[in-house]
Amino acid sequence: MKTLSRIYAIFVARNREFLRDRGTLAWNIVLPVLLVGGLAAVFAGDGRDQYTVGVLQAAGTEIAREAHPFLQTRYVEFVPMADNAAALRKVERHQLDLLVALGDPVRYWVNPDSPRGYFIERVLLQSGSDAAIVREDVTGDPIRYVDWVLPGILGMNMMFSCLFGVGYVVVRYRKNGFLKRLRATPLKPAEFIVAQVLSRLLLILAITAFVYTGTHLLLDTRMDGSYALLLLITVAGAVSLVSLGLLIAARVNSEELAGGLLNMITWPMMILSGVWFSLESAGPLVQKIAGMLPLTHVLDAARAVMLDGAAFADVWHHLAWLAVMSAAFLAIGALIFRWTPG
Amino acid sequence: MPFALEARDLVKRYPGVLAVDGVSFGVPDGVCFGLLGPNGAGKTTTVEIIEGVTPATSGEVLYRGEPAGSRFREETGIQFQATALQDYITVRETLDMFRKLYDRRADLDAVIDACSLGDLLDRDNRKLSGGQRQRLFLAVALVNRPRIVFLDEPTTGLDPQARRNFWDLVKRIRKEGTTIILTTHYMDEAQVLCDEIAIMDHGRIIAQGTPDELLRSRYPGLIIEVPQKDVIDDLAALEHRVLDEAGVVEIVASDVSKALADLGPAVRTLNHIKIRQPTLEDLFLDLTGHSLRP
Repeated sequence: MKTLSRIYAIFVARNREFLRDRGTLAWNIVLPVLLVGGLAAVFAGDGRDQYTVGVLQAAGTEIAREAHPFLQTRYVEFVPMADNAAALRKVERHQLDLLVALGDPVRYWVNPDSPRGYFIERVLLQSGSDAAIVREDVTGDPIRYVDWVLPGILGMNMMFSCLFGVGYVVVRYRKNGFLKRLRATPLKPAEFIVAQVLSRLLLILAITAFVYTGTHLLLDTRMDGSYALLLLITVAGAVSLVSLGLLIAARVNSEELAGGLLNMITWPMMILSGVWFSLESAGPLVQKIAGMLPLTHVLDAARAVMLDGAAFADVWHHLAWLAVMSAAFLAIGALIFRWTPG
Repeated sequence: MPFALEARDLVKRYPGVLAVDGVSFGVPDGVCFGLLGPNGAGKTTTVEIIEGVTPATSGEVLYRGEPAGSRFREETGIQFQATALQDYITVRETLDMFRKLYDRRADLDAVIDACSLGDLLDRDNRKLSGGQRQRLFLAVALVNRPRIVFLDEPTTGLDPQARRNFWDLVKRIRKEGTTIILTTHYMDEAQVLCDEIAIMDHGRIIAQGTPDELLRSRYPGLIIEVPQKDVIDDLAALEHRVLDEAGVVEIVASDVSKALADLGPAVRTLNHIKIRQPTLEDLFLDLTGHSLRP
């Protein structure tokens, strides 16, 4: 009870501080809206500038370009695909312009509603091969770039808000002596940390929900899965990112250093977690690094739910990963937490 | 009688600096104990070790005979020298938040009244003046009905009127039986408020006792001040102590009549002399080397 009362006191005060700082609050809402709106306008199409063709073949094998003249076409990105169902879904969603399986006969799948599919199909048929060829139709609505990028932008906003909003604030509290003042009360580090996590969690959920609803209504973005599951992913993601912010701020005394460290963490996630573009065709090392970043799991899970209608069973491993990371960040953060500048 | 608070052989060593060098003292219940010293003497470090904010290199702190722990935290109130509060939060909300961190809770209206914060309750912390901030910091230190209150240089930077108001407030708290530990480098403040003092310099306590005791032992009489320009003969021949300070020669006289008789031939005139009680300021300057170090 005493612990709850102390956590609640700090939680309420932090919420008030954040909500009354109108400038920061407005920025937290305006930035993602501007980004989504701007991107929707700029990339009115699907945001890709070259054709992408999936090649069905065994996992881990290189594409044998000499096997068919079509595979030697320039300005086409050929992506090896091992999972038949996943590859077909991409054709459905217009994420792949065409899917081809070499053999006798050569089979290919194309979406008749996709203009890009139509063009690349002409290229395939006129590539000069004598091999028999069989066409299969796959139908489905395209995924616009804005559908794909929306989770990325919301996730990025969440990441900045969680990391900077908590990390910076804790360092500022430490530097100006507010933490020292709290240290002189019965408040424990874990209670302080939990209050900060809860406060930021509530605020970021409210902001993300607000921006999502606005964008969804305005741009009619795609949502194929369950909102409850999406909420769960958002909560798990926010907790892991806030925890990471707290871990970084656990001992740092200077805002400049905290800023540097936070940038060091946020930029790799901006680039490698798939905020702006898909990393499916990236090398295995990049994929491995991306897999260690919390934002990657948030975005992969959110996109699976929003774009492919994934269920809990499809994304639980992302949630588990986020939970493990949060627990580790919080435990280490509470352990090394320092109230006063060293 | 066991001490309310006892510091035993506290040492704090920073790389290259011995900030606190074996400080020990005991504070009985209900007194106002002053820890005095020039800037950099180690007062704040000593007090922060006792408060549990800074870890000591060695030594121990006992609260009512036991190592200071959670009970100490629950029953103490602290006003730090340099601290900040959250922005965008009002005075009332600040007090309410800190009060909820304790099991022991004061009647908030009484604290607000005692610290004259009634008119400021809805004001943002950022918009308080220096004196108002100090009163709020004191109120924050009182929200748990503390049995011991630490005040670390509470009137630094306040104007004379705000200082005097603050002293009245501290006296009122003291009258209610709260033990007070005050660090200050204002000797007049210590003289007005403290029952007992310890003077620190270079990380050590160099004198301790009640202000009266300390003054009587050091100055067995009154102080005669003579402007240096009026002195025409060598005063060293006199049996009295001479303290040079800012163009004024100070003579400690146990027998004022005799001192004046001896002084007569050595000065141009007695018209500009001043005779006064010795103060803690004299003692402080005397013990710590005649100059307030920055």
